[in-house]
Amino acid sequence: MKKALLTVGLLMASAAFAQNKNAVIGVSIPAADHGWTGGVVYWANRTKTELEKQYPGIKIIVKTAKDANDQANQLQDLLTVNKIDTLVVLPYESGPLTRPIKNLHDKGVFVTVVDRGLTDESAQDAYVAGDNPGMGKVSAEYLGKQLGGKGNIVVLRGIPTVIDNQRVDAFEAVLKSKYPNIKILDKKFANWNRDDGFKVMQDFLTRFPKIDAVWAQDDDIAVGVLKAMDQAKRTDIKFVLGGAGMKEFIKKVMDGDKLITADVTYAPSMIADAMKLTVKSVVTGSKMPKTTIIPSVLVTKQNAKNYYYPDSPF
Amino acid sequence: MSQPEVNKPVVAPRFRFDVLSYGPLLGLILLGILGAALNPDFATWGNISNVLTRTSLVGIIAIGATFVIISGGIDLSVGSLLALQSGVMILTLNFLVTTFGASVPTLLIGLAATVVLGFVVGLLHGLLITKGRIEAFIVTLGTAAIFRAVLTELAQGGTLTFQDSKLADLYSPVYYAAPLGIPVPILVFLGVALIAGLILNRTAFGRYVQAIGSNEQVARYATIRVDMVKTWVYVFQALCVTIATILYVPRLGSASNSTGLGFELEAIAAVIIGGTSLKGGNGKIFGTVIGAILLTTIGNVLNITSLISEYLNPAVQGVVIIIVAFLQRNRK
Repeated sequence: MKKALLTVGLLMASAAFAQNKNAVIGVSIPAADHGWTGGVVYWANRTKTELEKQYPGIKIIVKTAKDANDQANQLQDLLTVNKIDTLVVLPYESGPLTRPIKNLHDKGVFVTVVDRGLTDESAQDAYVAGDNPGMGKVSAEYLGKQLGGKGNIVVLRGIPTVIDNQRVDAFEAVLKSKYPNIKILDKKFANWNRDDGFKVMQDFLTRFPKIDAVWAQDDDIAVGVLKAMDQAKRTDIKFVLGGAGMKEFIKKVMDGDKLITADVTYAPSMIADAMKLTVKSVVTGSKMPKTTIIPSVLVTKQNAKNYYYPDSPF
Repeated sequence: MSQPEVNKPVVAPRFRFDVLSYGPLLGLILLGILGAALNPDFATWGNISNVLTRTSLVGIIAIGATFVIISGGIDLSVGSLLALQSGVMILTLNFLVTTFGASVPTLLIGLAATVVLGFVVGLLHGLLITKGRIEAFIVTLGTAAIFRAVLTELAQGGTLTFQDSKLADLYSPVYYAAPLGIPVPILVFLGVALIAGLILNRTAFGRYVQAIGSNEQVARYATIRVDMVKTWVYVFQALCVTIATILYVPRLGSASNSTGLGFELEAIAAVIIGGTSLKGGNGKIFGTVIGAILLTTIGNVLNITSLISEYLNPAVQGVVIIIVAFLQRNRK
């Protein structure tokens, strides 16, 4: 009898759950360990506050992980301790986290994966990502147009990863087909950081007496590039194209900087988009698209103010 | 039978060993010739001064590490300490500039704060290792994690940057100026190396450090104040990191989580390539300087040529480290 009552109670509770749209949403992201992930954490927390205000029934738990192993542990805790029914996750690494995420998915948790795709797509209900090939493409098109289809450029790459390959491959493909007279003098890894950007650019400047433009791909790398150019007093370089939309660089574009004439977004706010889409789908019961790609946008002086967030750490 | 065999002739082919002890210098010269053959711009003063300036940061840290390793210890926190000190300096300067303006006093107070922080950290390391009797490896592994985490927290995962461009301009000559065509960091590097060489070879303190490294018990019996000497070794290391920080900050005017990543390993590699044994006992400052320059030059040669797949760059560094260590293996 008691057991039956309990079952009825549980059923009623779950019915109430469906009606009031109460939901516990776990958001699992890498810790703020460099500019871009710093931005991700900022946007996740900001969106949590925003969404909890907008939908009083829901509860959002944001967890940051310091590595893949840590994140796998947190996923387990989110399920067993916090009893989440929805997960928005930006995996630290694709491979090692596919299994742990699939685990939650198999137990009935709705999973939205952000940016870094899983190796097994059946572990996710939805995928929201930045457009890495798009970033390379938009960059190449801007560069080609600015240079009038002719000139010598150098490329500073990120860390050897799939993301970096996608950007560079798409970039080169566009140059090859649309601007065959633009020559890439060389490309080297600058690991998405300022110090390496400085070093690699110094060596490029030693090696090449005439460079028309630089594709730094990332704003952090571009900071180092600019310093190296400044030190070498080189004036042959017409402009430096970074990427990702760091607020200092957006500001430079806004203010009409001579060397930083544009930027290409790869916004850490994509976590916010993913959270909003997921929560909306959970609350309204509407179906979420299987794949959402957040396009990389060219930021120029005309539209820069729409991409400037002075409060963000990135 | 109980007599030690004192009569056994000791054949010491000193001359041959000395040739071997120039292994790193030899390696550097070979690398230089290779670099110049592959790219004529390698041997220009512009490139050489870039390489030496780049070396100076890790080089100065490695000089401190030479003392630590000779004394039989290790410091794994130097890269994180550099990052934290850079961050704290930038925050301090950003705070000071609002009241004192972009002036020399502002700069000096900021630098003084960094020096104090370095001194305190060195003292803390020394005391935890000697009085606290914790392995140097463990202490500095722990503090490395703490320093980097605190910096990331201070920067909120982003980057700490100079707010005042006038102050940045005032400070920038410390890295970018070049009296007589020689960049300041190279001069500082040279100065630190000379002073360290004198301390190691010409002072009682230097002899104590070597004695402790070769046998701590014996050193104790010889009434050397082992704890005190060891503590000062860690203070010296932290002060070397402080000098490196003071040179590092004006370069990019920013600090983030990636600042100084891997510096500890580079510094230790430079010390070992330079002929100092990881077991302690003795070592050479000159060797460390050459070791540090050698490491940077590898990267530079690979950057200004397109010899091999860029994925393999770090592998070349690894191969050279092992070759030089192999040349050194007979050194005691």
